[in-house]
Amino acid sequence: MAKPLPPLIRLHLTGLRVLLVFTVLCGLAYPLLITGIAQVALSRQANGSPVKKDGRVVGSSLLGQTFNLPKKNPDDPKEQAAPDSKWFQPRPSAAGTDGYDPTASGASNLGPNDAGLTQTIHERRAAIAAFDGVAAGQVPPDALTASGSGLDPHISPAYAYEQVDRVARARGLDAPKVRQLVKDHLQGRTLGFLGEPRVDVVTLNLALARLG
Amino acid sequence: MDATLAGFLQALALVAALALSHRPLGDYMAYLLTSGKHLRVERGIYRLIGVDGGFDQTWMAYLRSVLAFSAVSVLLLYAFQRLQNHLWLSLGFPAVSPATAWNTAASFVTNTNWQSYSGESTLGHLVQMAGLAVQNFLSAAVGIAVAAALIRGFHRNRTDQVGNFWVDLTRVTLRLLLPVSIVFAIVFVAAGMVENLHAASHVTTLSGAAQSITGGPVASQEVIKELGTNGGGFYNANSAHPFENPNPLTNWLEIYLLLVISFSLPRTFGTMVGDRRQGYAIVAVMALFWVCSASLLTFFEWQHHGTALQAAGAAMEGKEVRFGIPGSALFASSTTLTSTGAVNSFHDSFSPLGGGVTVFDMMLGEIAPGGTGSGLYGMLILAVVAVFVAGLMVGRTPEYLGKKLGGREVKFASLYILTTPAIVLIGTGVAMSFKAERANILNSGPHGFSEVLYAFTSAANNNGSAFAGLTVTSTWWNTALGLVMLFGRLLPMVFVLALAGSLARQQPVPVTAGTLPTHRPLFVGMLSGVVLIVVGLTYFPALALGPLAEGLHR
Repeated sequence: MAKPLPPLIRLHLTGLRVLLVFTVLCGLAYPLLITGIAQVALSRQANGSPVKKDGRVVGSSLLGQTFNLPKKNPDDPKEQAAPDSKWFQPRPSAAGTDGYDPTASGASNLGPNDAGLTQTIHERRAAIAAFDGVAAGQVPPDALTASGSGLDPHISPAYAYEQVDRVARARGLDAPKVRQLVKDHLQGRTLGFLGEPRVDVVTLNLALARLG
Repeated sequence: MDATLAGFLQALALVAALALSHRPLGDYMAYLLTSGKHLRVERGIYRLIGVDGGFDQTWMAYLRSVLAFSAVSVLLLYAFQRLQNHLWLSLGFPAVSPATAWNTAASFVTNTNWQSYSGESTLGHLVQMAGLAVQNFLSAAVGIAVAAALIRGFHRNRTDQVGNFWVDLTRVTLRLLLPVSIVFAIVFVAAGMVENLHAASHVTTLSGAAQSITGGPVASQEVIKELGTNGGGFYNANSAHPFENPNPLTNWLEIYLLLVISFSLPRTFGTMVGDRRQGYAIVAVMALFWVCSASLLTFFEWQHHGTALQAAGAAMEGKEVRFGIPGSALFASSTTLTSTGAVNSFHDSFSPLGGGVTVFDMMLGEIAPGGTGSGLYGMLILAVVAVFVAGLMVGRTPEYLGKKLGGREVKFASLYILTTPAIVLIGTGVAMSFKAERANILNSGPHGFSEVLYAFTSAANNNGSAFAGLTVTSTWWNTALGLVMLFGRLLPMVFVLALAGSLARQQPVPVTAGTLPTHRPLFVGMLSGVVLIVVGLTYFPALALGPLAEGLHR
């Protein structure tokens, strides 16, 4: 018979066996069970809540996207993308070079006293006020700041209403009609007290596109 | 409804839910940790791993098992990442670099879940679910096991046995963490979290741009990330990412899950030592700190001091619209007071004093309510110190729960409370003294120093959240923080288990008129005072150079 292993080695082998048993249980059986149930019973959510236009998937209702004009030279990394006035604009985003890149989610991480961030916020305020044709003081905070994920699909109701006239002008629609569309897309607090009132820019713009 | 009132109701609903769970969950955990009956499946597991579930271990054997298990876990998780390109579901990602793989292995095994990588661009699905998420379960169970050993030290007399580590680990994982995870994972998918094994799908957006919609078994990992106070996000943006935290209800549930075990463990403690009032005193101190922290943090974020935040008109940089200020501040407090470190908003962009609260929360040692198990044993160590201080005042040998706190016990408690601050302050000092390492700081001035202080505080306390402006992907940072996480996790465990062994050996002393009652408001006040003074005096100079310098100078 082989000599028994030294106790210290035996102890580590026990540890290894425990780890393997639980890798099978918690690392394979559990996620595959949940994936199976999710794919069968809740496939829309489990696959990222896709939104479709004309039968084609155009994004996820949970992930924000950019609504910019095509770049003049797509190969030039220095060219800043310009917002398209025909769409409701989302918040600034720190995810990827042009923003809203789900393969590079994240925040700016700039501090509350950062000089560069302060400067950027002043510039954004001026640019948005000019773009939307409103007073600088009317631009709400969420329009001036990047979200945590860089993929925030929502804007505040204030920012949505602030953009109504510009969108209506650009699309040649009646402003009250566009304002009504925003109103239809307002989401209140869950159960009346969880979270903040908001508008999902992706679904709002989708409805806008269907409007013509 | 007014935003302030809504925020208040959100916190109140959380308190109510936690209070309702406290008793059943606490009693259930006490049952798990004391029952002599093994399930058939557990007996099968013991056979597979070659352990006799009927025997208890001495504190030394218990400790050796913890250390051996941690060592094997780090090695295997390291190898897993280094080999991921050869495995199923790698999504085409190359092997993780040695420094990052080391850091991540140390991070997930120690329940820290600090992330020096970005999930969506580094890791395949298999490493996430069969590597990282497995440690999410097991590291949480290890914490609870060590806490159970300490409780047994208080409860048992004249024995050298503090329990069986393998039995504790198996039971907690199998009968607590796994069933709760299954239920909430399905709830989370229904609420919108993704759960698939797909690679990213490429779509053309409404305006004609290209976007990659990422996939992954997210919901199943999200539950245990919160429940086990782990905090490692599937994606880089963690719980700010809409696929990890799609709406205000999931946000509230995530906060609930990351608090519920740690707020229920004092009940387990009270039940196991046979005097539930002792547990109420402990949970009262935890709740006191949690309420103060959440209120202060929310207040500072509403105030939004700081030039950039003032320019924007609200502290919304790094925050999501759906959570707003109250939902972000409540999450931030809860995640830094436990060892979770998941974030639904980015602390680096918080107002100076708001960010300061998150650092201070971790500096408290993550005891209010703290990580699963680690929060309870941390608080019990401070209770030992508080009883000792009270004993000094009246000049008699202190005793806690019928056990004398002599030189040996107080030495272990002191070593415990000195370890983490020593690691944090020495680490921060060393990092700040190297020019090359300072270059990884994103922000300038005191805020830059705060980034480094936050990194070491988070790693040593096994939190895992960050002032994420700091770039930590270099070999130096990955290696240093990996070591800090391991020392910050395992050294305190050594002292806790040594204390457990020392207490278990004793013969209990009878309660007399001179015994300090440790279940009255007086003791709750004393313990809170000790927590504040110990932490305040240790960290004040460092805080003064960082968050306080930034927050108070204008």
